[in-house]
Order: sequence, then structure tokens, then C-alpha cells
Amino acid sequence: MGLALLLIIWLITFLSSYFFVAHTWWPHAISASAPYIDHQWHLTFIAMGVVFIAAQVALGFVVWRYRDHGDAAKASYSHGNNKLELTWTVLTAILFLGLNAIGSPIWAAERFHSADTSAMKVEVTGLQFAWYFRYPGPDNKFGRTRPELEDASLGGLSALGVDSADPAAKDDVVSGVLFLPVNREVDLTLRAQDVIHSFFVPAMRFKQDAVPGLMIHMHFRPEQTGDYEIACAELCGLGHYKMHGIMRVVSEQDFEKWLAAREADKQ
Amino acid sequence: MTQAHGPADAAPATVHGHAPTGFIRKYVFSLDHKVIGIQYYFLALTAVCIGMILSLAMRIHMVWPDASIPFFGAIKPEQYLTLMTMHGTIMVFFVLTTAPQSGFGNYFLPIQIGAPDMAFPTLNMLSFWTTFLSFAVMISAFFVAGGAPLSGWTNYPTLSAIPMAGPGEGLGEDLWLISIALFCVASMMGALNFITTTLDLRAKGMTLMRMPLTCWSWFITAILGLLAFGVLLAGGILLLMDRNLGTSFFVPGGLVVSGVPVQHSGGSPLLWQHLFWFFGHPEVYIAILPGMGVASQLLSTFSRKPIFGYRAMVYAMMAIGILGFMVWGHHMFMSGMSPYSAFAFSFMTMAIGVPSAIKTFNWLGTMWKGKIRFTVPMLFAIGFVSLFVSGGLSGPFLAQPAIDIPLHDTYFVVAHFHLIMGVAAIFGIFAATYYWFPKMYGRMMNDALGKIHFVMTFVGAYCIFMPMHYLGMAGNPRRYSQFTEVKYLAPLIPIHKFITYAAIITVSAQLLFLFNFFWSMKKGKKAAQNPWEATTLEWTTATPPPHDNFGGVTPVVYHGAYEYSVPGAEKDYIMQTDPTPVPAH
Amino acid sequence: MATLTPTLTVKQPKSRHGGGGDIPHYPGGGGGGGGRGDESPDYGERLRRCRLGLAVGIAPIVMLFVAFSSAYLVRQGLASWDLRTNSYINDWAPLRMPMLLLVINTCLLLLSSLTMEFARRYAARLAAIAPITAMPGIAADDESSFPWLGITVALGLGFLAGQVLAWRQMEARGLFLSSNPSSSFFYLLTGMHALHLLGGVIALSYAVVTVWLKRPPEARHIVVDVTAWYWHFMALLWLYIFALLIVAH
Repeated sequence: MGLALLLIIWLITFLSSYFFVAHTWWPHAISASAPYIDHQWHLTFIAMGVVFIAAQVALGFVVWRYRDHGDAAKASYSHGNNKLELTWTVLTAILFLGLNAIGSPIWAAERFHSADTSAMKVEVTGLQFAWYFRYPGPDNKFGRTRPELEDASLGGLSALGVDSADPAAKDDVVSGVLFLPVNREVDLTLRAQDVIHSFFVPAMRFKQDAVPGLMIHMHFRPEQTGDYEIACAELCGLGHYKMHGIMRVVSEQDFEKWLAAREADKQ
Repeated sequence: MTQAHGPADAAPATVHGHAPTGFIRKYVFSLDHKVIGIQYYFLALTAVCIGMILSLAMRIHMVWPDASIPFFGAIKPEQYLTLMTMHGTIMVFFVLTTAPQSGFGNYFLPIQIGAPDMAFPTLNMLSFWTTFLSFAVMISAFFVAGGAPLSGWTNYPTLSAIPMAGPGEGLGEDLWLISIALFCVASMMGALNFITTTLDLRAKGMTLMRMPLTCWSWFITAILGLLAFGVLLAGGILLLMDRNLGTSFFVPGGLVVSGVPVQHSGGSPLLWQHLFWFFGHPEVYIAILPGMGVASQLLSTFSRKPIFGYRAMVYAMMAIGILGFMVWGHHMFMSGMSPYSAFAFSFMTMAIGVPSAIKTFNWLGTMWKGKIRFTVPMLFAIGFVSLFVSGGLSGPFLAQPAIDIPLHDTYFVVAHFHLIMGVAAIFGIFAATYYWFPKMYGRMMNDALGKIHFVMTFVGAYCIFMPMHYLGMAGNPRRYSQFTEVKYLAPLIPIHKFITYAAIITVSAQLLFLFNFFWSMKKGKKAAQNPWEATTLEWTTATPPPHDNFGGVTPVVYHGAYEYSVPGAEKDYIMQTDPTPVPAH
Repeated sequence: MATLTPTLTVKQPKSRHGGGGDIPHYPGGGGGGGGRGDESPDYGERLRRCRLGLAVGIAPIVMLFVAFSSAYLVRQGLASWDLRTNSYINDWAPLRMPMLLLVINTCLLLLSSLTMEFARRYAARLAAIAPITAMPGIAADDESSFPWLGITVALGLGFLAGQVLAWRQMEARGLFLSSNPSSSFFYLLTGMHALHLLGGVIALSYAVVTVWLKRPPEARHIVVDVTAWYWHFMALLWLYIFALLIVAH
């Protein structure tokens, strides 16, 4: 049984580790901050991977090596060793808290600063079960919304209840696809109209809950053009699994063209 | 059973020391901690069967949405989230909290410390029947209009606060909250009993630092439960008020749900998350700590070696318990909570890895140079260590907010908590069951069946939960009933199919356990009083133990719980009640 | 009170009733960890165990109110985005309580705590002399004693009635449970406290009834003693809640 256990544990360890590295599981990363996050992941992955393999291999070895042979000899009598105890306490503390220290600046860079003043404003609204994106237009101001004007069945401006009486709302554009210009910082405002949703763009390594009662400001910068999917990552009800959208990153000129066309549609 | 001690005449059932007669007092409203422990265990066994069937139905629906499942029929998309919510709730509360702590703890804590019963037997009975009522209310949620709630076991408002937010968010959600409130009250009564018993009823010579690590784990778990459940109860009361009495603790103003304006204003959904996770994180340790205690006990017993670093093990459990109350915010990195507080929560969470690592090292140290006997309970204890390592090491990823950004609420998290608080804790329960079955029922469980059960469950659990890490990295969010809508998930469906196959096989393997359990109860090989040659007090008494546990004898304890392979001793173990001196250490 | 216990010797059958149900008889007890060397009989040990149980049992009640208090303070300081006004609003209206009535209630409760203490000491005295009064021919003058317990129950019920009156007055001012978060918390905190106090009243009523049930004085002492500590805790808890409502209104 000792040998069988060793083989099972080692095989599980080998296969688990193999499939971690045999395939690139992460989606292709396109945001400015993604390399830092991915780097921290890799660092943690190497540290934890080494510990994982070492611990499991040791476990397999120990159960096989120290199996009961049925002889009369007694096991070794020891209640422990304080020096060893202290050693591995210190070592694991250095490992875990060290990783924490290395990773913290990345989080700070992500979340402690607000967006550049030059950043492009987009408002992201989650509602059961769709994402809507609002652009402030040339005046760079979002018009006011009124809950009583909301009508999800009409989509667009009506889904958000944008009040057309507000002058700031005149040039607001609402889209079901998140159009973004490449290489420009985006100032996101996340809000929700009914329940909590979570705005998750795997390619951007970005996620943030959209919470009723909060207007959450976030920023990111896409660095490659293309279509990328947005998913909802917080349970929001029946249609949670189909609450998704597209983030379309295009060149600056294409973006201006698109926005102008949308403005023109409104007139 | 030979159990009554003292004068046998005129023994009213309320006087302790006399076994009650009548079926009702003996088996239903029993005051005997052993009967209550078994009642808890069977409640958990029922719950785990339901919870497992729910999870299987979910797994099948995910990959074959049109498949017809026996007893369920084809699952409708709207039923998926209900299954998921109830699976989580039943497993966390009625299995992982109930079996290892209330079940085994009730049965064996008094015996292991040399007490005739719990400190307050009536309260003990009351807490079981409150738990039972809570379970009945929870199950009844399935059968009301709209069905059971769909807001997950974490039950975040505003989804859970507004009846229009989904089916099951009406009466079903209220029943869920009432059930959880009852469960909180029951758990607090149980915890009170555990703590008082441990502090006050230890036998002569049973100092705190001579207690078996199982008792330490039950004791610390009880303290966690005592402090954590009150906070959940508070949250539950506030949410019930929001739902039914028109208050606005959690719901802000101006929401429109399903086209209907909501008449609340000014509340914050994050308030619930703080209250919930202040309970929720200690709850994770409530589920796993008794497993740690059992693993320690078994690894020492079957390695025929004293536990490596007994004091370090006790202090590590205390550290885990204390730190466990300071890390709740790591569930909320993406919630809109202050990003600065994430720093503190992340630091504390990484720090909790240290005592966890100490425990792992000590388990390996215990087996090192041992004489390992591969009994079925030992196999599950070894499996526990392996799963604890695997599930634990994904923690430091999620504990770092930067890495948590892409991984939060994906299958990576599902893999993490299932391995560590699900499967590892269940392995603790299995280990305890195989280990104590002979004491509880006087018969051994079948060894061959047990070994097959172990291998299938161990390999099966890894096949189910390891691939979930890969899904999480690929960005697969949890709580999705289908993977066809979001395009990048479609290529991952084969992995989901693999997981479903593995789940079907692993769940089927549990039938072996159920068969073994009930068959051995009647037909198993008769067990000796101390079949494992272990040292703790439960093995000094008759099998099954008499009504007052020690048949009128008062045990006296001379040394710690793990005196194995003492040089010069006649046998390779010295019972705690054996006055033979052992070397100082 | 602990000084009383070692000197008592009580006939066993007597001591096995009452308290929080039936408590196992178990001589000896904890070892070096607890450091109790006493070989005291059942009753003293049961008293201590029930007191310990109460001390432990108070912890979750404290946690419940800690959770409510933190929710109170968070909710009070909270500004949440209101989709109707397109702005962050804090809708907390300062709490207007019927102060005079609440002060009177507070006095009632504090007074009841005092009478409860007298009742506790009296029950302890009766229990202490129980071995003597148990002898044939000797009777303690139980009836002539002042009914401290009954008065405590009356004062407790008076406090509860006063609280109900306070709720009525709040409603008369148009402050209902759902009017404002401040009034929601007022009803919640006072209501939860009243509920807990009601538990104490029930326990006390049981203690009063034990006189007629001819329960041994020791058993009654345990009920009265534990309830007394609980009662004092309830008084303290009320002072805390009242202070919270006044300071952070």
C-alpha cells in the first residue's frame, strides 16, 4: 500500500503540474497593467509550484519509506524539534510575506491613483442581464439619469433612463459594444441599476464589481486592437451566464469615426 | 449495553448516570452526548447525500443541458442557480459544520477528556433539535412557490434583498434566512456547551496541554463558532427586516428591478458583505480545524510516533483561529471596498499561511521515521495532508489582490475552496468515521471496501478539482449554468465534460462507503476495545461506551495523548491512563 | 460567593435538579490546567459550571450587538449613490427619542438590577443554611422574607412596558420602523434588547415558581444566581445601547 500511495501521490503531482504548464491557459493579455499582474502570477506560481511539488513528493516518499515492515523494531521516539519548528516558521513567513511585499505595489499602481485628466470617460452600467456603455460626447459630461425613465426593453439611452431634458445628455451616446481607442487611458465609471454585477475583461486582466449605491472609478489602457469579450463575474440572477459583451479596441481614427457616426445618428 | 452505575432503583430519566429506558428518551430526545453526536452525524449524512446529488445535477446540466436526470427530469436553466445555492448552503452548514464538530465532537470530546457527558445535556439536545428544525426549514424552501433562492450561499443583496430579482427570492429566500438564523442559534448553544465542557469537565490529570489535538481543534472551533455566528445572525436579521419590514440597511435608492421601482434608499450592499464574511471566513476554519485535529490524531497513532511539535500544533491552531477573524476582506477585493484596506487584509491572509505551513511540516515530521500502518483511517489522514497542501497553496494567489483581479470569482476560487474546505474537510470526516466506527458500533468497517473507497475518492477529487484551476486561469467565471453564451468559454467545455465524468465516478464511489457503513454496522467484524492500539481515553472504555462513558470509573490521566514507541516500554503505546512514566520532553 | 461553596455538603439527590436542566454528577474534575483542587460536592460545582456557561453564553450576545453597533455606525456615516438624485446622499436623520420616558425606563432597570442582587444574595444565604434547615425540626422562615424576586420581575416587566410605551411615542411622532435608518436602528436595538430581557424575565418567573415547587434552596440558588448575572449584563447592555443612541444619534 505504501508503494501504491507513493505512485498515486506522485502521479497526481506530476499530472497536475504538467497541465499547468503544458498549455497557455491565460488569455492573451492586451492591457498596460497586464504584464505586471502576469509577472506576479508567475513569481507566485514558481514559489508555490516548488512548495507543492516538494511537499507532495516528500509526502509520497515518507509514507513509502517509513511503512510498517512488520518487524519488532519501534518507531523513533521524538516529540519534535524546536529549532526545526522555528526554521520553517521563519522560512514560510519570509516566503509568504515576501510575496506579499513584492505584489503590493502592483495593486497600488492599479487602484490607488485615479485616471489621467486626459483619459477618455466611459460609464459602464450593469443591469439584468446586459452591459451598457455611455460616452459623454463633446461636452465630456454625462447627462443625468432618472429611474422612472428606465425601460430596458428599448435599449440604448432608455435602458439607462437618460433624461433627454438635461442639456448634458444631448450628446451622450450609449452603446452595447464597448468601443475603445487603442493606447489611450480609459476612465471607467461603474454603476449598477438593480443588483451587483462584475465587469470582467479577461484579456485586460481587469475585474471590478458594479455595485448599486456606488459609482466606482477605475482606469485601464488597452494596447492592442481587436475584439475581446466581457463577462459578468458576480452572480446577478437567472441570466448571469449570458450577461456578456464585446470590447472592441480600434485605432484612434476609427474610434473618432465611430463616435461621430453615433452622434450623427442621434441628431 | 451495560451502562447504569449507582443505585439502579427509581431512576428517573432526568437523573444522570442512569440510562434512560423508553425509545423516545433514549434515541429521539436523548440527553446522552453520544446519541446526540450520532443524531448530528446522520443529519449530516442525509445532508451530504442531498448536497452531492444537487452537485451532480449541476455538473450534468452544465455539459448536457438537455439530459434528463432521474428524479429531476431535465433541469431548466432557472433551476441551476437554485441547485448551486442549496448545494453550497447545505454543504457548508449542514455537512461541514455539523459532522466534524457537532457530530464527532459531541460524541468524542467528553470521552476524550474523561467526562461523563457534556456540561449541559439539555442544552445539547436543544441545539441538535434546533439544527434539525433549521434543516427542515431549509429543505422546505424547495417546495414553496418560486422555489429555493438562487442568490448563492453568500446571499449578496441586492439580489437577495429584492423579491423581484429572481425566482426563489420570495418566500424561498425568507425561509433560507430563517433557517440560517436558527442554525446560528443552534451553533452558539453547541459552542457554549463545547467550551464549558472543555474548561470544566476534564478528568483528573487531563491538563489542557495533555488533551488530544482533536479536543483542541473542537475547543478552538467552538470559540470561532461562538464569536462568528452572532455576526451572521445580526446580518440575517437586518436582511430579513429589509425584505419584510421596509428598512434600508442594504438597499440604496433608485433601483429598478424587473421594471419595478424599488422603495428603499440609502443602504449599502457592501455592509452585508462585511457582516457575512466576518462570519464567513472563520466558518472556513470551523469546517477545516476539526479535520486538522483528526489528521493529527491519526497520523500519530498510525505512524506509532508521538505527534511532532504538539505545542506548535496547538499554537498554530490558535493563530489560525485568531488570524481567521482578521482576513474577511480578502473576499471583497473586487467589491468596491477601499483599495487601501486590501493591503491589510492581504497581509493578514498571507500571514495565515505560516501556521498552516507549520501544521503541514509537523504532519510530515510525525510520519518521518515512523512505522506507518496503512489502515483505512490512516489513508484518509494522509489524503487529508495531500489535499490540504494542494488546496492551501492556491491560497497565496488569491490572497494577493493584484493576482486576485483576474482570478476572483472564477473556477480557480471554486477549486481552491473545494479542495481545502470541501474535500480535505470531508477526508477528515471519512478518516474520523473509519477510525471511530469500531468504538461507536462495536464492529470494524470493511477494510478492502474502505481502501477502494479511498483510492477512488482521492484520485476522483483531484480529477474534479485540479482542472478547475486551469478553467479559472482561462477566465471561466463561477456560477455559470452554461458555457455557450460567452464565446471564449466554448473551447473549455471538454474540460467541463471531463470534470463531470470524474464527478459521476467519484460520487458513485461514495455508494461503497454508504454500503460499507450500514453493512458493517450489522455484519462487520467484531471490534476489540482498542483495535488501533491508540492511547486516548475513548479506547480505555467499553465498546460501545456505557451511558456515563466509563462505567462508574473515574479516569485519571498521567501524560499526554501521543506516547507511542516509548523506548523501554513493553508495548509501542502507553495509554493516557497508564501510570508508567515516560521520558521528559 | 465562591467562598461559600467549599463548606457546603448537600445530600446528593437534592442537588440533581434545576439549573439549566440536569447536570451530570461528576466528582473530581479538571486537572492541573484548571488548577482547581477542590473536591466539593455536586452543588458548588454545578453553580460554578452554570456561571461559566453563562459567561461563555454572553459572548455571542455581545457579538450580536457588536455587529449591530458596527452596522449602526457604518450606516450612519454612509453615503450611497442614489439613482434618483444622481448624487451621493446620506439619508440619516438625527434620532429624536422620547428621552424622559427612556430615562425613567433606565432607572427602572437599574433598580431591578439592585433588587436582583438582593434576591441573589438572599438565595445564596438560604442555600448556605440549607444543610441545617434540611434537618428535621428546623425550618427557615422562607415566607417572612422580602419578595425581592417578585419585585425584580415586576420592575423588569415595568421596563418592558415602558419600552413598548416608548415605541408608541415614537410612532406618535411619525417615526416608524422604516421611516429612517436611525429609527430602524432604534427599534432594532431596543427590540433585540427587550427580547433578551424577556428571556431573563421568564427565567426569573421560573425561579419564583420554584418556591412553590418546593425545589431545594441550592437548586433555586443556581437559577437565581445565574439569572442575576444575566440580568446585570442586560442592565449593562441597556446602558451601552442607550449611550450609543445618545452619543451617535
